[in-house]
Amino acid sequence: MKKKSYSFLVIALMLCLALLTGITNPVSAADAEAPIKLGGIGPLSGAAAVYGIAVANGANIAVEEINALGGLQFELNFQDDEHDAEKSVNAYNVLKDWGMQVLVGTVTTTPGIAVSAESFADRIFTLTPSASSPQVVEGKDNVFQMCFTDPNQGIASAQYILDKELGTKVAIIYNNADAYSTGIYEKFATEAEEKGLEVVSTTTFTDETANDFSVQLTEAQNAGADLLFLPIYYQPASLILSQAKAMDYAPVVFGVDGMDGILTLENFDVSLAEGVMLLTPFVADATDDLTVAFVEKYQELYDEVPNQFAADGYDCVYAIYEALKDSDITAESTAEEACDYLVGVFTGEEFVFNGLTGDNMTWSETGEVAKSPKGMVIQDGVYVGMDAAEDSEND
Amino acid sequence: MLTYGLVIAAYIILRILLAGGHVSSALQGQLVPITAYIVMAVSLNLTVGVLGELSLGHAGFMSVGAFTGVITSASLTSSVPEPALRLLFALIAGGIAAGLFGFLIGIPVLRLHGDYLAIVTLAFGEIIKNVVNTLYVGIGQSGLKIGMTSGNALNLGEGGKVILNGPMGAIGVQKISSFTAGFILILVTLFIILNLIDSRAGRAIMAVRDNKIAAESVGISVWRYRMTAFVTSAALAGAAGALYALNYSTVIARKFDFNTSILVLVFVVLGGMGNIRGSIIAATVLTILPEVLRAFNNVRMLIYAVILILVMLATNNVRLRAWFQRIRPGNGKTPVISGGGDGHE
Amino acid sequence: MTFLTYLISGISLGSIYAIIALGYTMVYGIAKMLNFAHGDVIMIGGYVSYMVTTELGWSPLVSVLAAMAVCTLLGVLIEQLAYKPLRAAPSLAVLITAIGVSYFLQNAALLLFSANPKSFSSVVPIDSIRLFEGKLVISGTAIVAVIACAIIILGLTWLINKTKIGKAMRAVSEDKHAAQLMGVSINKTISVTFAIGSALAAVAGVLLVSAYPILMPTTGAMPGIKAFTAAVFGGIGSIPGAFLGGILLGIIEILGKAYISTQLSDAIVFAVLIIILLVKPTGLLGKKVLVKV
Repeated sequence: MKKKSYSFLVIALMLCLALLTGITNPVSAADAEAPIKLGGIGPLSGAAAVYGIAVANGANIAVEEINALGGLQFELNFQDDEHDAEKSVNAYNVLKDWGMQVLVGTVTTTPGIAVSAESFADRIFTLTPSASSPQVVEGKDNVFQMCFTDPNQGIASAQYILDKELGTKVAIIYNNADAYSTGIYEKFATEAEEKGLEVVSTTTFTDETANDFSVQLTEAQNAGADLLFLPIYYQPASLILSQAKAMDYAPVVFGVDGMDGILTLENFDVSLAEGVMLLTPFVADATDDLTVAFVEKYQELYDEVPNQFAADGYDCVYAIYEALKDSDITAESTAEEACDYLVGVFTGEEFVFNGLTGDNMTWSETGEVAKSPKGMVIQDGVYVGMDAAEDSEND
Repeated sequence: MLTYGLVIAAYIILRILLAGGHVSSALQGQLVPITAYIVMAVSLNLTVGVLGELSLGHAGFMSVGAFTGVITSASLTSSVPEPALRLLFALIAGGIAAGLFGFLIGIPVLRLHGDYLAIVTLAFGEIIKNVVNTLYVGIGQSGLKIGMTSGNALNLGEGGKVILNGPMGAIGVQKISSFTAGFILILVTLFIILNLIDSRAGRAIMAVRDNKIAAESVGISVWRYRMTAFVTSAALAGAAGALYALNYSTVIARKFDFNTSILVLVFVVLGGMGNIRGSIIAATVLTILPEVLRAFNNVRMLIYAVILILVMLATNNVRLRAWFQRIRPGNGKTPVISGGGDGHE
Repeated sequence: MTFLTYLISGISLGSIYAIIALGYTMVYGIAKMLNFAHGDVIMIGGYVSYMVTTELGWSPLVSVLAAMAVCTLLGVLIEQLAYKPLRAAPSLAVLITAIGVSYFLQNAALLLFSANPKSFSSVVPIDSIRLFEGKLVISGTAIVAVIACAIIILGLTWLINKTKIGKAMRAVSEDKHAAQLMGVSINKTISVTFAIGSALAAVAGVLLVSAYPILMPTTGAMPGIKAFTAAVFGGIGSIPGAFLGGILLGIIEILGKAYISTQLSDAIVFAVLIIILLVKPTGLLGKKVLVKV
């Protein structure tokens, strides 16, 4: 066994040296105007890769567009964190060695909480596209969110269901091993109780048991639920929809932003999602110029329809661009200078950002974004604004 | 002695480099997790290499230690303001809690053997993960409160703080772990394990591993020694868990899943079963490796997998072994599973 | 009625676990190794079937055959490249190599098929059966899964007990060296075992994603672990044991969710497993190994 240790020792030394000399540093672009270094962190491999890759792609498009404009230049270095706090902090440190001035990240919540604690201590401005727990920004003046917080989604969902009288008896199925899902559920449950919305069945699943939902659906059906609230991602939701149909159970289905993506799920029978309602900040088939151009470019480059994560990534880069373009922050500025400036702009009165994921976005001192969710309903395989759908029914 | 020397030398070199500012943030950030993984690997080696039983749930003990450590640290924030001392308490509490779990789990586990024992450790790991995911622990005026519904249901009152929030895990953890603490924990671990291997108990454990019936027939109480090794292994994993958890501002139960157990097992097997020094090196190399491979962007985990397979093939290649044996005469009679004895000549 | 619904869900889930567990148990029984990459071969089988139906537009049945062919090749290739050189190595070294193969397959699938999940349209052409005025629904996939499971069990039992290669398998399983002395080619026998195990994985993969139609690079990982558990549960190495273990695991999982707690369903499954192993330390149908002095 001893022989093994020696070969290891050699490899170990080589690896340590490689790390010390910084082999990981990518060569920076040799442009006339030195670019500002944007770091990005999210899962590019593992079970959550779909979200991280989307954010990275969206952010890349934004960087290319901005650089093509001339003037302020960006360079994006996006690192994988495998949806793991430890790997995320590693990625953050790699970016710090690279000379990151502003951080776009992280994509997911738990890594986000770990990394934002670091970037807060290091005074690096952080704008997360989609880490939606309030703990990501809580108590950190330089950390901001592009997405809604989970509790806000819970409150908004309960409000929407009450206001539009979508259902009287609510069943909830959520992922009790997932921070995002549980975060929305908890606030929704409290809000529903306060507002007098009757919840008749609450069941859960975990990633390990996200295949058979017969128990959860049967319980909901037996309890007489006429509305099914699904604060979960679209992959398990698609299974729930098809299993509900198989057992002839057809409640109103109400989802949150994680439900977005269900229509672009490859090979998915969209008729299963007919009538599904969801709150989402981004709709890929919206007809405004910005969305159309973005979706076209995204499809051309990546051969896929972008989801809200891609839009969040795109918006993050543009928000930073908007905030920086009239400043004297350059590639030579320290991260701290950029941070102080950006915090000032983001919390300033006059900073209003219009992006793919919302109009007239503003940020509070706490770092949370203020924008209005779009209530959508799926009709004939496309999203229709909930209000528009109502109008057309009234006609 | 060489093992201690290796660890101490590595520590001193890194300290000098750190003082001179020659260490990248990337490596600096990995120092504490590396020390935690080393302790994990060395402690698992006690079960796998020395006791000779495959454990697939070692991360479960890490989880118990991690959350116990976090809760201990959070509860002692005001009474023990000194971080180093608080870390010590957290590590001890984590170790004791995991050791206790090790004992409870050991009662059924050690009645089994081979793959059946392995699957039961896997099962316990999954149970721990599942249960921690539904646990809510908070600290309020009336002390520590535990619930299983939600953070709000704990009724902590004014100034109360939720420490462990179900699937959202422990949030707002004060980062009190340090490289030096990790280094000391490694030394303590080495001291405990090397002494255990060298003691009467250790020789009994290895006798049991090599031939249970023969050992029993000369009057060795199998169960007691197996339990000693298993509980020691669990307790050290718990301390490593506390060290790991207190290095990040958040920690979730899902981190300590089957994959983490497997990761630690990979360290042990790659380093050589029963070979303590090998575990230390393998844990270090394999923790750094994915970071070094970042330069390869999206194919990095693919390359990691290929390297893992190739290393396993190379280290078990008959010809390569013969070649190593030629250049190192006198070492030809090393058994396939050595008893960890070469860790301290 | 509700109980019957749950029972049927359990059996349908369990029969898929059982088919995966059969692959595990065969390889274990003959090659004496835990092939942790088995779950990922399942995932590849799912992707092949998906690609053949959606990209090439061929019929579902052809896609199943294509998946079986690709997985068989893949299984044999993995065996030749990664496991065969380790015949003489300690079993844990093979286990770690299998984990390396598992990582490799997952990450290769990520690059080949992208991280975007795909919705799989069931390859089963049979409609659901509705009984008691539609109160009890049995899906076509569930029926096919149970039938497939039964056919596979019968086929494997026949293969192992009645054919020449089956005899060789049993011989290698009993005693490698003695088998070799009697003229059995160990390498060939193990290769055939891997080929059969991987073909089963392809069938399991297609049925898995037909029943629960989401396909991702990590799709096979969790069912793989569950099926491994099922195989041990039934007594690893035993073919009827894998079947029984799989079905029971499925039923326990569903009934545990229904009557105890959905939050703790995993803990319940594993707790039952532990209790059974304490009562029967070598699984339900495992052979008692007597240790001789």
